[in-house]
Amino acid sequence: MAYLPKLPKGAQPDRDYEVTYIAKPKISHPSLPQNDLGLTTRDYEGAVSTLCAGCGHDSVTAALIQAVFELSVEPHMLAKMSGIGCSSKTPAYFVSQAHGFNSVHGRMPSVTTGANTANRDMTYIGVSGDGDSLSIGVGQFVHAIRRNLNMCYLIENNGVYGLTKGQFSASADIGSKPKKGLPNQQEPIDPASTALALGATYIARSFSGDKEQLVPLIKGAIMHSGFSLVDVISPCVTFNDHEGSTKSYAHTREFYHHVANIDYVTPSEEITASYKEGDAMPVHLRGGDTIVLRKLDRDYDPTSRADAFKFLRDRFNAGEIVTGLLYVNEERAEMHELMGNTDIPLSQLPYDGLHPGSAELRKLQGRYR
Amino acid sequence: MASVNDVVIKIATVNGTGSASANGLLRKAIFRMGVPVVGKNYFPSNIQGLPTWYEIRVTGKNYHCRSDRVDFMVAMNAQTYAHDLAEVEPGGCFIYDSTWPRSSLLNREDITIIGIPLSKMCNEHFEGARARILMKNIAYVGAIAALLDVDLDIIKGLLEETFAEKQHLIASNMEAIHIGFDHTRENFPCPLPARVEKMDATKGHIVIDGNTAAGLGCMYAGATVGAWYPITPSTSLMDAFRMFCARYRVEPETGKRTYAIIQAEDELAAIGMVLGASWMGARSFTPTSGPGISLMSEFIGFAYYAEIPAVLYNVQRTGPSTGMPTRTQQCDLLSCAYASHGDTKHVLLFPSDPAECFYMSPQAFDLAERLQTPVMVLTDLDIGMNDWMVPELDWDDSYVPDRGKVYSAEDLEEMENFYRYLDVDGDGIPYRTLPGVHPKGAYFTRGSGHTKLGAYTENSADYKEVIDRLLVKWDTARTLVPEAEIRYSKLNKAAILTLGSGDGACKEALDRLENHGVVLNYCRVKAFPFTADVGEFIDQHDVVYVVEQNRDAQLRSLLINDIEADQRKLVSVLHYDGMPINAGSVVDGVLAEIAKGRAA
Repeated sequence: MAYLPKLPKGAQPDRDYEVTYIAKPKISHPSLPQNDLGLTTRDYEGAVSTLCAGCGHDSVTAALIQAVFELSVEPHMLAKMSGIGCSSKTPAYFVSQAHGFNSVHGRMPSVTTGANTANRDMTYIGVSGDGDSLSIGVGQFVHAIRRNLNMCYLIENNGVYGLTKGQFSASADIGSKPKKGLPNQQEPIDPASTALALGATYIARSFSGDKEQLVPLIKGAIMHSGFSLVDVISPCVTFNDHEGSTKSYAHTREFYHHVANIDYVTPSEEITASYKEGDAMPVHLRGGDTIVLRKLDRDYDPTSRADAFKFLRDRFNAGEIVTGLLYVNEERAEMHELMGNTDIPLSQLPYDGLHPGSAELRKLQGRYR
Repeated sequence: MASVNDVVIKIATVNGTGSASANGLLRKAIFRMGVPVVGKNYFPSNIQGLPTWYEIRVTGKNYHCRSDRVDFMVAMNAQTYAHDLAEVEPGGCFIYDSTWPRSSLLNREDITIIGIPLSKMCNEHFEGARARILMKNIAYVGAIAALLDVDLDIIKGLLEETFAEKQHLIASNMEAIHIGFDHTRENFPCPLPARVEKMDATKGHIVIDGNTAAGLGCMYAGATVGAWYPITPSTSLMDAFRMFCARYRVEPETGKRTYAIIQAEDELAAIGMVLGASWMGARSFTPTSGPGISLMSEFIGFAYYAEIPAVLYNVQRTGPSTGMPTRTQQCDLLSCAYASHGDTKHVLLFPSDPAECFYMSPQAFDLAERLQTPVMVLTDLDIGMNDWMVPELDWDDSYVPDRGKVYSAEDLEEMENFYRYLDVDGDGIPYRTLPGVHPKGAYFTRGSGHTKLGAYTENSADYKEVIDRLLVKWDTARTLVPEAEIRYSKLNKAAILTLGSGDGACKEALDRLENHGVVLNYCRVKAFPFTADVGEFIDQHDVVYVVEQNRDAQLRSLLINDIEADQRKLVSVLHYDGMPINAGSVVDGVLAEIAKGRAA
């Protein structure tokens, strides 16, 4: 039976018709603030989430919407990349006029690498989970960092597999109790210190319950030229939010240690504020923008890889969850610079310039005669 | 029996000793004398120290496959003397380095044994261990030149071309040539009755390997993103692409590249990169071999279902598992045709030689983009890494890449809504958009169940509608892929059907079978799905000998499965020992089947 729902002009099936085909009400209040493109946050929304009520991931989605809205990212210049899992479903829930690519389990980084190689003009946001990035996809996660792929890589980290009903993931802490069965005994993989060891150039950690901290960290991650990791503790309300879990809302709130945050300064804004030594410092991004780093812990220096590593390990051993901007390095070139690629996206090069023609073909065969 | 311009020279050396350039020099010299040649490498999966062979078939009749015999063995590796000695055809010739006496091994009465003190002479003429080893290789070329009457001026000309920048090497290499040449002339009757004589049969031809030709083809096809994980025997394909791009794809003003090559962390990532780049609209490809296809399979199924173009080269090697990585087979036909879980089938192209590797490259990209699906070019180690004489490659300057059905920003501006998986034209191929082009072109690419509008679904009817439409696309693919090469005469009710590198062996076998009174028609399939002419060809015969290089008759299975060919007619002739197929094995196979009564 032919079934072709009539959609409003310009509508996309996924935005308004995900799963149920029931349109998400699209009511904009006239007083909603607009960004530089004249768009409101409503223009950055996606389909209705199908995740569990109270899922941390939905808060991350809201923070993402806020971040791309504030940065005035053109929706169709945004590529939303993901793998498989609860986290990887979320690209359907924001910016429906962006291009989404829901790939296979653990392989989002490779698809993003190829896409970015072909078109460096797009903004790339990858949304992954602890299973997707730290188990099945750990190889691709590691190598995207090595290449300093220019993307914002979010891990919605809840310590469990949700869709398969509550198995531990590789980020589960030792002693963390599952809903059923025995506590985890294996060393967790911490994405932030792993990324630090591998040379990632922007590393942040945050909490889905702290939008105020999360939004600027995501904005910085998008603006940063190179690989940005934002590890977001995002509790699973169904399988990992109970007493004894180290990835619950309660546990995260209790052991939260906020070390540094950033403010994003638009290029037009003159930096007039004076920064008190140790409190705030401007960081000039390779793209020409500036972020202002605000330190909340005087012992912490997010520009020193060695200090950051030691600090993270010490606080981790003390049972604390260090959040904020953990490390930033604007010295290292991103993938395209390292490869020496042309400024025009490779996918947009006219064919005429890509081959030397028949006469040259005859000539170059001299060596095979 | 060897005769003038019908000689097979096999050179046994140790790998890592620099013999490749000496062997290439000899092969090129014969080619420059106007005589067709075939060059085959038999090498170990090893860097240094194990036996390796190079075989030059001098073939005045211009046959393209490996020969069945060795007339002339240059045994430079003491490790393999016994083996090499046994391989020489009666009446043939065995040359060894007589610096050290090894008479106990050299005990064949039916061949001529020639000992030349190559090491001794080279040690007297050259300084340093490395130079002595290299020059010993050049010296045996001189010895062969004397015995086979290869033109020394041509050898000198080749050296002058090779060492144009290093003049002193021309003199020292010529000295080494003369060491071998003069000694042989003085001590043995030269030339031998089986020798090389100038012809005029190589004009307008080149000698090239398939991987180089395919890499060149990718550059001409306008590929801009290559992602790969190194694997024998496909590695030299990306090496070639890199070499040609370094020459022709660097912007003169900026020094920046108009190509990107990404060495991936594994094959899973390599194909993911290809899909990401293709999704963005770049022509993107990955070269690999069988184990790589196994790893890529999940993504290949994704590309089939999400309808993303991709070009893969599978330079097949001997399986299963690691198998014999430096030996050849056509053993991945089924694993490529149906790669990935679920209902999937993929377009395959089967080049038969390096020239087709070149021409089928733009064709593969055109088909991938037209059909929005992965296209796999199935070559093998024999095509990819051996030296084939083919007509000079030609390029049509009017070629325009077929980018398939892609809506532009202008198209989208005028449209009310864009739906990704609608069969607008009834050919099973929907329209796609490229990211970043227009807000209306945005859609969600996914491997999960989707409707024709592009939305996620778990609805049976919506799911089925899309998966059934892919069958319509498959029928369209059948009309777009290249037709078979067919030699047909109504007089014959039996035929040979083959693919890829089986071509040369089968064509030579047809000539030889005629001498046995067996005259057969011929069909070489060039693609999967099979074009209509393949089914018609089978229908017109009582028996079709299906010649392929695997144990399980995979081509035969594909014929039965894809076009419901009458399986009683399809008689398998299989060659799967890892060596390139030769005419002898085809002739023997067909005659054995005829003896069993399976003839027309």
